[in-house]
Amino acid sequence: MSTLTVKPAPNVVLHGLGVFLRARETSILLALLLVIVVTTIKNPNFLFSSDGFRDLLLTPSILILVAVGQAIVIITRSVDLSVGSTLGLTAYLTGRLFLDVPGIPIIVVFLAGIAFGAVLGLINGALVAFAKVPALVITLGTLYAYRGVNVLWAGSDRINASDMPKNFLALGTTEYLSIPLLTIIALIVLIAAGWYMRNTRGGREFYAIGSEPAAAELYGLKVTKRILVAFIACGALTGLAGVLYAARYGTINSQAGSGLELDAVAAAVIGGVAIFGGSGTVWGAAIGAVLLLTINRALPILGVQDFWQRAVVGALIIGAIVLDRLLALRQSRKLLESRDDSND
Amino acid sequence: MSISPGTAGPAALELRGVAKSFGAVVALQDANLTVQLNSIHALVGENGAGKSTLVKIIAGLYQRDAGDFLLRGETVNFKSTAESKASGIAVIYQEPTLFPDLSVTENIFMGRQPTNRFGRIDRKAMRAEVEELFGRLAVRIDPDRPAEGLSIADQQIIEIAKAISLDARVLIMDEPTAALSGVEVERLFAVARSLRDEGRALVFISHRFDEVFALCDMITVMRDGEYISTDSIEDTSVAEIVRRMVGRDVTELFPKTVAPIGDVVLEVSGLSVAGLFHDISFSVRAGEIVGLAGLVGAGRSEVARAVFGIDRYDRGSVSISGTRVPRRNPVAAMNLGLALVPEDRRKQGLVVDSTVARNTTMAIQRSLVQSGLLTSTAENAAARIWASRLEVKTNALDAIVGTLSGGNQQKVVLAKWLATNPRVLIIDEPTRGIDVGTKAEVHRLLSELAGQGLAILMISSELPEVLGMADRVLVMREGRITAEISRADATSETVMYAATHASETHS
Repeated sequence: MSTLTVKPAPNVVLHGLGVFLRARETSILLALLLVIVVTTIKNPNFLFSSDGFRDLLLTPSILILVAVGQAIVIITRSVDLSVGSTLGLTAYLTGRLFLDVPGIPIIVVFLAGIAFGAVLGLINGALVAFAKVPALVITLGTLYAYRGVNVLWAGSDRINASDMPKNFLALGTTEYLSIPLLTIIALIVLIAAGWYMRNTRGGREFYAIGSEPAAAELYGLKVTKRILVAFIACGALTGLAGVLYAARYGTINSQAGSGLELDAVAAAVIGGVAIFGGSGTVWGAAIGAVLLLTINRALPILGVQDFWQRAVVGALIIGAIVLDRLLALRQSRKLLESRDDSND
Repeated sequence: MSISPGTAGPAALELRGVAKSFGAVVALQDANLTVQLNSIHALVGENGAGKSTLVKIIAGLYQRDAGDFLLRGETVNFKSTAESKASGIAVIYQEPTLFPDLSVTENIFMGRQPTNRFGRIDRKAMRAEVEELFGRLAVRIDPDRPAEGLSIADQQIIEIAKAISLDARVLIMDEPTAALSGVEVERLFAVARSLRDEGRALVFISHRFDEVFALCDMITVMRDGEYISTDSIEDTSVAEIVRRMVGRDVTELFPKTVAPIGDVVLEVSGLSVAGLFHDISFSVRAGEIVGLAGLVGAGRSEVARAVFGIDRYDRGSVSISGTRVPRRNPVAAMNLGLALVPEDRRKQGLVVDSTVARNTTMAIQRSLVQSGLLTSTAENAAARIWASRLEVKTNALDAIVGTLSGGNQQKVVLAKWLATNPRVLIIDEPTRGIDVGTKAEVHRLLSELAGQGLAILMISSELPEVLGMADRVLVMREGRITAEISRADATSETVMYAATHASETHS
């Protein structure tokens, strides 16, 4: 967030630059650039081949959608561990619709996937908001429950690319001005979510609730409604991601998207979303998603053994949390000292 | 609809016969309060008299069990703070609750930010209004800084700014001046008077009688959850109000016995933590009860935690009978004979889901272990001694602590620490939330312990308790010790004065 104790600089451009340099997102963006530059020096094809550039943008697009939803939930001081299962279910629904309703318009499939994801999110949100059980427990339960439903529904069936229309599958690879359509969709969602979180009452209330739930109660904010909305938004975005997953990969079995919840939480945390809510941005989470998946692709090129790659990601997550904690401690110490000074 | 004599219309706010209980604890049983427009109404009473509960009912945070609640003559039943707010009631709480991660401006406008027709928050308008509000209150707080790290005084200012910007018709201020300096108080009073003259109704809760009498038009006294009296401020006096507030003989409640005072046991010198407290020095002798008084947020509990080694400190030292207590090492502190009964016994003093016996013996568990095993026979034997010495009222030693009354829970915490055979006992709010009968028992116990040579540091916000029990009173204000008063010189006035005024000289 840009609400530090700095006096606005007279020059708007300089002020903007200062805010940019101090923002938590900037450091993560620099880390991403560093990874790209180093890897490209080692192997220029990483960035400069047409495939390399496409993969750089395409690979994280689906995770960005899920990470944005996850960030909204975490900012509200909850967490949604069921997103992997939600994505699996909506991806399977997408395939089923094409199989069972021949000639169904693609837009209807999109809407159905988003709506189904939203319903799954609503179930999470309702359990968290009304049963007053921590989201960690509830969504751990629905992680297994949703996956169970998926297995029950799909059995050992698998939906193949041949079961889905060509023009739908083409969405997964279409490019405009050499930018993949999936990336464009992710960017549009990101810009909209970022705008909403920063500039509207609803968006700011997510931050307020995550920052201090007791104060939100005293302020008379509609806490229950907001928590529901956060989970529905997360579910809907994951639903959209599920439809795009079907278009991109073409093959869907009952295990689609498993393990995605950890990537989504990791992306948000690496991107500076405080795990106890109240601060961070969806932009940070999105950059975190890109960094996470880009590192995954860069490590083999840099000659890091398969064995160590997960450890590097783990170190990144712990590093991000430690950095956040140190910054927060420094900040609160600085604020306390300035208060002492003004008292003396 | 009742119309009070001498007024043109219905009261701005009227509560009649309001009752509220929490489980078995009766917080309010017959509360009355009638506040007219164009007036500032004082609500006074000891801690635990039920003022805060009444305020929370008005704010919509609690729902009353019985009685009438009328706003401008109409019965209201608030189910949430939002409904109360929408009806024009603003409450400034004793301990402000803000959003630490958000800016000061956002804290003032959360939930009702000005927006354009696309739903976009108009940050410029918001900031301009905050600057105007701060100008009106004549305070200098950076509107863009986060609320985290603001002093209580500044947090109060933000609460007040919020209420003013809400244009509330009824303004309830629950000890708003508790942490303000003299200048800030004067400024607040000027604003309060102008708000009254604009036709609003204000309720002002304060322990400072000079302020009450300087500011208010009417005064209502509460005691033990009940309404006592309402008077015009001109028709009454401080002495009269105090008599009604206390309403009982102070000496009965505080069976203080004079104990021989020995050598210095606990010695604290120059203890400082940036932002919390500064240069705290004092000593406690064997057989002595030293009261640590001050307002909420003055830093008393923080000092206790640092002395015991729970929290770190930047400078200073703590020693027991000349031996230096290491920093941040509660186990070492315990071994040196230090015991801390914390303020929040349910969270910090007890394992509420565990048994009386287990809780009582928790601090001496190690010594009860035989060949690597902790048997319930050993636990029960040790617990039985202490439970009977302290007269813990429970059916069985294996009863769950959470089911006991507040007073008996406190005795279990005390027993736990006394079992360690301490030389210094730090006890934070010994009788908070305990009924009057058990209070006297706890006090008797403390007196007895001092008589046996224990050095006791008693942190208390209840003035009568401090005055009744302490041999010596230390007063803290805003993280500093502002006075040390002997038992003979300690009165409500001297202690309250030190707690609320910055002073350079120790009296």
